[in-house]
Amino acid sequence: MKKIEAIIQPFKLEEVKEALKAVGIDGMTITEVRGHGRQKGHKEVYRGQEYNVDLLPKVKIELVVPSARAEEVIKTLSGAARTGNIGDGKIFIYDVAEAIRIRNEDRGESAL
Amino acid sequence: MKSAQSAGDNAWMLVSAALVLMMTGPGLALFYGGLVRKKNILGTMMQSFALMGLVTVLWAICGYSLAFGEGSSFVGDLRYLFLNGVGAAPNGDYAGTIPQQTFMVYQLMFAIITPALITGAYAERMRFSGMLLFTTLWMFLVYFPMAHMVWGKGGFLNAFLGGKVPCFDFAGGTVVHITSGVSALVCAIYLGKREGYPNEQMKPHSLTLSFVGACLLWVGWFGFNAGSALAASSLATSAFVATHFGAAAGALGWILAERIQGHKMSVLGGISGAVAGLVAITPASGFVKPFPALFIGAAAGFVCYTMVVKVKQKFGYDDSLDAFGVHGIGGTLGALLTGVFATNAVNDALKNAAGQPAALGLVDGNGMQVVNQLTGCAIAAGLAVVGSLIALKISDVIIGVRLDGKEEQTGLDVSMHGEEGYNFES
Repeated sequence: MKKIEAIIQPFKLEEVKEALKAVGIDGMTITEVRGHGRQKGHKEVYRGQEYNVDLLPKVKIELVVPSARAEEVIKTLSGAARTGNIGDGKIFIYDVAEAIRIRNEDRGESAL
Repeated sequence: MKSAQSAGDNAWMLVSAALVLMMTGPGLALFYGGLVRKKNILGTMMQSFALMGLVTVLWAICGYSLAFGEGSSFVGDLRYLFLNGVGAAPNGDYAGTIPQQTFMVYQLMFAIITPALITGAYAERMRFSGMLLFTTLWMFLVYFPMAHMVWGKGGFLNAFLGGKVPCFDFAGGTVVHITSGVSALVCAIYLGKREGYPNEQMKPHSLTLSFVGACLLWVGWFGFNAGSALAASSLATSAFVATHFGAAAGALGWILAERIQGHKMSVLGGISGAVAGLVAITPASGFVKPFPALFIGAAAGFVCYTMVVKVKQKFGYDDSLDAFGVHGIGGTLGALLTGVFATNAVNDALKNAAGQPAALGLVDGNGMQVVNQLTGCAIAAGLAVVGSLIALKISDVIIGVRLDGKEEQTGLDVSMHGEEGYNFES
């Protein structure tokens, strides 16, 4: 099993969700996060007081899929989240040792 | 006919009184509340709200009497102690067509908002109990005497009721805005900067709230200025128009100044400019024509922008929400320009020896009036400095005026009131 962790632009969330649903991925966890990579922030001015805002709002998506499906899901996700501009985000992949469904203690891929 | 006029005047004055109260709560509370960090929202709103209670009680006991009892040139007497004799009968010296009780409660609303304006200078760092004691002392040392001098019968600066130096202040440029603005600067310097200022991020937590508050201030200001005609008269209409024009030009003046400085035209700039324009037009509103009102508003937008953005940063004092920059400077500018643009074509209440309407300002050929206005400003500012320092020192010794570091870090809401403004988890 692979865990896919994607940090994307907040306004792309709906598109990504729809695209994943279309390939049969329903389960995911969403967190509102702030951060930046190479993307520079922006400047805000309040009554002459300047603030550099470099931690920008992003959305983090976490989902775990069978290893065989990982590549397809990554392609779907990155395709839907891409605008081609700096600040589109990143995807990280991890190996997952085990998955357990709390309701009935199913284990492995059947718990996904 | 007479009773119809009384009914009409009284109706307008009661509405005006309510409008002026609305300026403090929720107007000013929202305006200031949005400008602070979110850990201080309730504490900031509570400062304004608590004064609606505190000042009302002081006013009832002896404040009204000290402001509007005849007394001396500098402060009233105690003839209206506990509002004795303040009832349905009009007081012909002030407003002959409305119950004196209406006049009393209308003037009370001014007494409430004036110290509430100061809260913008000591925002996010003043102890609640210390602030209550400070304000109590301040009302006696600064507000009651100043209101008496400008508006009370026989007051030193009262142009219409026997003052030695006739100063024109229609709705409170000196009494409200210079006293509060200069006191604000004294408070900001006495209390010192907020921890972390100016290096830490102290962005306004909700300009949305500030926007709503500023618009409520704009509307409430019609009661403040047009109500100061003390009747539903054509003078009230004239003041209403001047007020609106001042606000509009102030908003445009400020964002234009931003543009010229190479910044974006901001929402905070727009609403700050509107308030600056309203402040500056306040003393002038019942004396000037519509186009001078536009000029006064625009000038206030420019000048207050410069004070807040350039001068404050140069000197480095932490007038957190710019009570001095907007009210102190805008009030002074407005008071001086009143001396320039006041005309008997708008307000003919003042008569000369021949019984004709007297020349009012520079435009009427009375250049001396600018000097009189300057005197009024200087007295208001001097009284504010001395009175505020005494009030702060006494409050500091007895209770303490500044939060300790941990309380300030926690924020007013939790450390002073044991509550939070935003509980999104619950």
